[in-house]
Amino acid sequence: MGERVGIEVSIAAAEAVKMANTDVIAAYPITPQTHIVEHLSELVADGELDAEFIPVESEHSAMSVCCGSSAVGARTFTCTSSQGLALMNEIVFIAPSLRLPIVMILANRSMSGPLSIWNDHTDVMSIRDCGWIQIFTENGQEVFDHVMFAFRVAENSSVSLPVIVNLDGFVLTHVIEPIEFWDKETVKQYLPDFKPVNQLHPDNPVTMGAFGLPSIFTEAKKAQDEALINSKSEILKAWKEMGDLVGRYYKPVETYQLDGSETVFLTIGSFGETVSVAVDELRAQGKSVGQVKLRLWRPFPFDEFREAVRGVKRIIVIDRAISYGGPGGPVASEIRSVLYQEENMPVITNFLCGFAGRDVTSDDYISMYEKTEQMAKGKVTQEDYIIYGVRE
Amino acid sequence: MEQFNVYASRLITKKEHFTPGHRACQGCAEALAVRMVAKALGKNVIVASATGCMEIISSPLPFTNWKVPWIHVAFENAAAVASGAEAGTKALIRKGKLVDKGTVFLGMGGDGATSDIGLQALSGAFERGHNFLYVCYDNEAYMNTGIQRSSATPFGAATTTSPAGKQIPGQVTWKKNMPEIAVAHNIPYVATACSSYPFDLIQKVKKAASIKGPAYVHILSICPTGWRIPADKAIWIGRRAVETGVFPLYEVENGKYRITVDVPELRPVEDYLKPQGRFRHLTPELIEKIQTRVTKEYNNLKTKTKLET
Ligand SMILES: Cc1ncc(C[n+]2csc(CCOP(=O)(O)OP(=O)(O)O)c2C)c(N)n1
Ligand code: SF4
Ligand SMILES: [Mg+2]
Repeated sequence: MGERVGIEVSIAAAEAVKMANTDVIAAYPITPQTHIVEHLSELVADGELDAEFIPVESEHSAMSVCCGSSAVGARTFTCTSSQGLALMNEIVFIAPSLRLPIVMILANRSMSGPLSIWNDHTDVMSIRDCGWIQIFTENGQEVFDHVMFAFRVAENSSVSLPVIVNLDGFVLTHVIEPIEFWDKETVKQYLPDFKPVNQLHPDNPVTMGAFGLPSIFTEAKKAQDEALINSKSEILKAWKEMGDLVGRYYKPVETYQLDGSETVFLTIGSFGETVSVAVDELRAQGKSVGQVKLRLWRPFPFDEFREAVRGVKRIIVIDRAISYGGPGGPVASEIRSVLYQEENMPVITNFLCGFAGRDVTSDDYISMYEKTEQMAKGKVTQEDYIIYGVRE
Repeated sequence: MEQFNVYASRLITKKEHFTPGHRACQGCAEALAVRMVAKALGKNVIVASATGCMEIISSPLPFTNWKVPWIHVAFENAAAVASGAEAGTKALIRKGKLVDKGTVFLGMGGDGATSDIGLQALSGAFERGHNFLYVCYDNEAYMNTGIQRSSATPFGAATTTSPAGKQIPGQVTWKKNMPEIAVAHNIPYVATACSSYPFDLIQKVKKAASIKGPAYVHILSICPTGWRIPADKAIWIGRRAVETGVFPLYEVENGKYRITVDVPELRPVEDYLKPQGRFRHLTPELIEKIQTRVTKEYNNLKTKTKLET
């Protein structure tokens, strides 16, 4: 087992990329992702990581360089946030269709405008349907572990898809946490060398990125969808083996104080920890409250999620992004449709909060719970979604 | 000169790496240029192509005309993709995971992909100094989407977005000088070429590929469909472009300019403009304006060839 150190999460993430023996890093700086790229460039400059660090002129080129390097069989990493993700958007959609196992850390930050450097999930929710494997992390240890996990799953020959690891900007990127590093032997055991399924090499010429006529496009998309769905078995295997090696067992859907709870909070990302505090307080008051956290966002863990909320009467979905003029926050919309056909479908209330770094305390979650109770009792009208904490 | 093509076909390798059966229009000299570049580079190459005519006509899933490794990602990023392939290969070789075969990395795109939407990605790749070659196939408009103007469309040319109207006589801006933009990056090798001059083209592509660092070759690629000329006139029009000085063939090696196909006495530009439907509407005044500009630019180029570096 590795050593436990107090370290900034961004630095730990970069160290994990180093320990994964990454070959190419192409990235463009944007707050709050900067510390990760800065540290990686230092590691390369000091010769601690033998990789090509490509200081591209834009995020669009960052993702394009990643496509080129991954296509020749190099282990490839990039990271970005909000505007950077938006600028690379076009290529983000193409990478999985080319089945290129790129790993990207997304330091979640709100999308302009107004311009803001602070954290929410408006960036990642804009690429919900991009075809990458997408996971969320809650603390620095999870970030470190999931860099290894991401490379392993992405590069697995039966998966061969890119992976996004989401971590909340500032809330995680800029905090110092105790993180247990893996030792070299563990990394070696967990993460095999990258052996690409298809590779651009003169000895065995292949054509990648051909153009699809309507007569074949649907089949190509069906194949891509299946690839993402089927990646789940490797995802589960990678978590199981990680647990066996480092003692931390991750699951697609995590639960907290769930047993018999009538009402559950649903969270993704680092806000989950504060919600857990609120759950404890509410339980101390004798309320039947628990929590469900989505770690795996794509492919969506239908079975695990339905199982987790079976028998639950109310779900309070915390969203950190808006769907302007839509039926609710992006997470709530998904949850509603995932549960729509279920018997005894729970009532879903949806609170949109924590935009651009706005603090949300455990008291706030308690008041969301109370509001949900009132809606349930018919004391206030049930609304599709509520933007919480708007100053009047 | 009449027997030139027969002669050329004997001296150039018969091996095809960009194969017949592609879907380009009849008489497409852009496809011809691609074929010559492929011949010049041989098998040991990895190609990153931009979206555009040459990508569409050569890769209809599940078919391909490419006998060499080839990737297409998007319209504006061929240079970035090529630079990623180069960097990835370099890292793998250094780490002992790949054998160094001296593979050439080629980025390719049309004039739109190069001098408009992909200029930033290309500039970045030049500036970073990747060991790669970028070839621009300049047919002077966005042909793939239906002959819309680009910044490489010449003054006066009618396209579907620079139509010859009652008030505005086609393209009102002068052709962006992409080779000069490449030269301004201080890269070791820049050249212009045209598939009407196959030996010159092949020689330049070979030289560009052999040079360490970024190299740029800008190929005038006649498009009969977009230029409104008969399909059998592409080669002939390409010669006229050179003979009138409209598109001089030269190279810039480490800053040193050299005209490779010398034209001691330029033909009047009219000889080039008149046969093309896209210039049909030009008045004698506009032709005169173009003549003045071409003469001036040609003289500028001549002056540069005399400069010491
Ligand atoms: C981002 C983006 N914008 C627009 C297009 C549409 N588009 C595809 S090819 C093309 C024009 C290509 O022109 P050029 O690069 O000159 O190549 P040509 O087809 O003339 O050889 C355009 C506008 C696209 N594919 N992607
Ligand atoms: S439109 Fe022009 S460049 Fe495109 S395939 Fe046809 S002739 Fe060639
Ligand atoms: Mg063009």
